[in-house]
Amino acid sequence: MALLTFDTAHKPKQAYASMAILLAVMLVFPFVASQFGNSWVRILDMALLYIMLALGLNIVVGFAGLLDLGYIAFFAVGAYLTGLMASPQFAALLESVVNYSPALGEALVAMFGEDIRTNGIHLSVWAIVPLAAIMAGLFGALLGAPTLKLRGDYLAIVTLGFGEIIRIFMNNLNDPINFTNGPQGINLIDPIRIFGVSLAGEAGSKATVYVGGFGIPSVNAYYFLFLLLCIVTIFMTSRLQHSRLGRAWVAIREDEIAAKAMGINTRNVKLLAFSMGACFGGVAGAMFAAFQGFVSPESFSFTESIAVLAMVVLGGIGHIPGVVMGGVLLAALPEVLRHVVEPAQQALFGKVLIEAEVLRQLLYGLAMVVIMLYRPAGLWPSPIKEDRPSAALAKEEAEEAA
Amino acid sequence: METFIQQILNGLVLGSMYALIALGYTMVYGVLNLINFAHGDVLMIGAMVGLSILKALDAHFPGMSGWLQLAIAILGAIPVAMLVNVLIERIAYRRLRNAPRLAPLITAIGVSILLQTFARMIWGLNPLPFPQLLSSEPIMLGSAVISQTQVLLLVLAGFSMVGLVFLVEKTKMGRAMRAVAENPRVAGLMGVDANRVVVTTFAIGAALAAVAGVMWGANYATIQFAMGTLPGMKAFCAAVLGGIGNIYGAMIGGIALGLIESLGAGYIGDLTGGFLGSHYQDIFAFIVLILVLTVRPSGIMGERVADRA
Repeated sequence: MALLTFDTAHKPKQAYASMAILLAVMLVFPFVASQFGNSWVRILDMALLYIMLALGLNIVVGFAGLLDLGYIAFFAVGAYLTGLMASPQFAALLESVVNYSPALGEALVAMFGEDIRTNGIHLSVWAIVPLAAIMAGLFGALLGAPTLKLRGDYLAIVTLGFGEIIRIFMNNLNDPINFTNGPQGINLIDPIRIFGVSLAGEAGSKATVYVGGFGIPSVNAYYFLFLLLCIVTIFMTSRLQHSRLGRAWVAIREDEIAAKAMGINTRNVKLLAFSMGACFGGVAGAMFAAFQGFVSPESFSFTESIAVLAMVVLGGIGHIPGVVMGGVLLAALPEVLRHVVEPAQQALFGKVLIEAEVLRQLLYGLAMVVIMLYRPAGLWPSPIKEDRPSAALAKEEAEEAA
Repeated sequence: METFIQQILNGLVLGSMYALIALGYTMVYGVLNLINFAHGDVLMIGAMVGLSILKALDAHFPGMSGWLQLAIAILGAIPVAMLVNVLIERIAYRRLRNAPRLAPLITAIGVSILLQTFARMIWGLNPLPFPQLLSSEPIMLGSAVISQTQVLLLVLAGFSMVGLVFLVEKTKMGRAMRAVAENPRVAGLMGVDANRVVVTTFAIGAALAAVAGVMWGANYATIQFAMGTLPGMKAFCAAVLGGIGNIYGAMIGGIALGLIESLGAGYIGDLTGGFLGSHYQDIFAFIVLILVLTVRPSGIMGERVADRA
């Protein structure tokens, strides 16, 4: 059997032990990695964000069986919301509104106070996160609505188109009213501040965060925040999976008509899958914006949607530990390749024959094709007993007896 | 009025390219109920191969007439695109014909990414200039202008579509295709070799995409490894607009979408009081798609569809 198991229902001791071990490893990991340079911890931070995205997409694709090819759009919604609500950008927006229609501009100033004219809006992370989740969830429902009656293939195209539309708007909504600052993107986004401690470090501290006298690098602080969020996401999605709603999703995935006949309101349940998946994307986007300090349309291309999908597919569609593993592999591996393969080629052939970016793409493409052809349930597939408890239990008992 | 006629012409040119691509989607969908997401990239392969042929011709036979060069490029690109598409079907889709619906969709996306990556490895990351082969002297139609390349494109698209209709309606292979689209199992019982039909369908779709690809390059003068994605997506929207699975629908839908896009881009500024400009051209296809799916999912020409699970 596998060394680590996360099957709390059947092997609780082993499962909690493996979780504890993993947690301990994860907590120590950044301190080891930062010995090799903060850029490695940065890679870990991004990998954690990708895992959050993959877990969110897993609700839509894995649980409910709806193929969403524009998932990164929700990430973008969260990121741009943060960009607008936690940076000087709102001042630029207001200025363009005043130019376009003075009355509306004055009304806005009257509403929020004179201060935003120069400083923009700076909401705290406690407001941003719920806002990002709600906003992305709304977009998710909006997107799901027209395709609910249709087959999955249409959904794939509509979501693909939606991702594209969001990108077009991000690129062009800087004129006449400047929402997104166009291709330049939004700069100077506030770092996350928790109980007065800025995770980017205070000015002059060389990006070191001091908590109770201890100083840790900013990237490590973000690492722990993202790790916490990932754990929360894993907890929430696994609770969702075993809830009434989660079972309804699986029923729809397996056979929509039968699910309907069992009294499941397929329309609402599918919409919920969409908006709940989108919520996680939105929160991840908000974190991304605050972590990076800037957002621009480039970060939200179709390739990124594909990357997240590839993580879900590679790890194991619908199986949370598998998805996490897929996220780790596909988020970290390309970066490792970048640091290893390019210098290796340089040393062997004197020039870079295959760039790391190309390798990354190859990896995503191959992951999707090869996995689907030869191992459709992913590298770490969901044990069958999750869906059919009694049959699987009987089988397992028979195996143990033999 | 002047802009109106000009936009109609532009729309026809764009639309006939969409129609050529949409035919590939709709034929595959008709036979296999599968969206071949890699179809846009087959178009890109066609354009890239065409460009490579043009470069070779230029190196070995300088001074050859532009028309002849273009003809050779198109005729050379067609078999390569056909081969690529048939290989895609063989490697990525055939094993999954009876798999759950999600599986072939995901492989299709994967194949699309792989094709783009291979193209990027062969032809590079940067956009490549496509040579100006035909005289750039515009033809005046009243106050509107159309280039010789665009006229050729319209003619080629017309001939391809007539040829396709003939093939589907009058030949034995066409009858087999219609039979498989209707019911693959019964067609098999009647002695139709379904695999042969599927391969032929992919090959024909690829040939049309190759024509569209080379002409795309000739018309827009620059091509790149990712060029296929957006036209591919829009052509799919066109196929849905016309009624997916129906070849006449794909033609009508393609032309209609081309007209909607170019008229939309021409007038969106006036319509929204300058709030949105012509750089929003690309969103029309998706708005059309969402509208069609909400209001009439079977499209203009389609009969059954939507829930045929």
